[in-house]
Amino acid sequence: MIRSDVLKTLIPMISEELVVSNIGLPSQELHLLDDQPTNFYMLGTMGLSSSIGLGLALAQKKKVIAIDGDGSVLTNLGTLPTIANNPANNFILLIIDNGSYGSTGDQPTYAGLKTSLAKVAEACGCENVIECTAEQTAAAVRTALDGDLMTIIVSKCESGNIEVPVIDMDAPVIRHRFMTEVSRRKT
Amino acid sequence: MSVNQKIVSSLIKNRIEFVTTVPCKQLAGVIAEIEASTDIYHIPSNKEDEGMGLCAGAYMGGKRSAIIMQNTAIGVTINTLVTLIQYYNIPLPMLISYRGEIGEPVACQVEMAVHTKGLLDQLKIPTYHFHQQSDAEELNPILNHSFVAKKPVAILTDASFWQGV
Repeated sequence: MIRSDVLKTLIPMISEELVVSNIGLPSQELHLLDDQPTNFYMLGTMGLSSSIGLGLALAQKKKVIAIDGDGSVLTNLGTLPTIANNPANNFILLIIDNGSYGSTGDQPTYAGLKTSLAKVAEACGCENVIECTAEQTAAAVRTALDGDLMTIIVSKCESGNIEVPVIDMDAPVIRHRFMTEVSRRKT
Repeated sequence: MSVNQKIVSSLIKNRIEFVTTVPCKQLAGVIAEIEASTDIYHIPSNKEDEGMGLCAGAYMGGKRSAIIMQNTAIGVTINTLVTLIQYYNIPLPMLISYRGEIGEPVACQVEMAVHTKGLLDQLKIPTYHFHQQSDAEELNPILNHSFVAKKPVAILTDASFWQGV
């Protein structure tokens, strides 16, 4: 299974949830598969999906799923100690780990070589870290959504991409419709 | 009221409830004051671009946010300022210690100081320079301006401003 296959298995359970998705293909694939006002698509800024997701989770009570990539987490490795030391039990960080920089031509990342992001997350102090196969990912996300514990899921999948169009929605429109949805859920 | 207390009181007055910080010697007092405040959630970040991500998320979650950092961070965060904060119209007050100005004991700090205003100008970020402690009186309207405009604003605070703190 490649990333878009994993995303497909997640749609039924994340469609109504607040989702922050990583720059490039992850956002474009999610947008193609299931565009929702509850999706915040990053159009730029490599590495910050987990940070935006944590800030969002700390600021309100609804569940937040940040979909990130292994390359992106490696770019912003400092995010893991911050997540560990500021636990938000409504926060799920899903790292789709295909061992490559998918959006830029599938160059290998260190996470696909000797580095284990699950072990790094644990060493940073994250207490509920699950490494699973692509096939097990939907069940792991379901469990995290049903539970009340901050969860880091590292989903090991194959490298590969599907053809997807770019997102042509304006950034302030993405933000505004997302914030409207966040605010609606608070009331 | 100390200048640190004045700053925190302005943050609270502007309903800023989420503040991320990356330390600087000049900012130690205000960071301690923020940590002690029960009205503000203080989340130290490891790098300033990470901090801006946290602030963007908190803002979208309904909490006004701000970042406190050193001017060297402008070099770290240009991409984040442009492609996240400005591109999505996210307000972000940045209280910045302006190292490398007159009175600076560390020569290397001057290297970034000479670029600081030029970079902020190039990025079209509204910039205010606090040189005297009485300048802190302007913080309230400046913070408000950031939220009205939905833009980042930079408040540069130099050694003279922090003198005697």
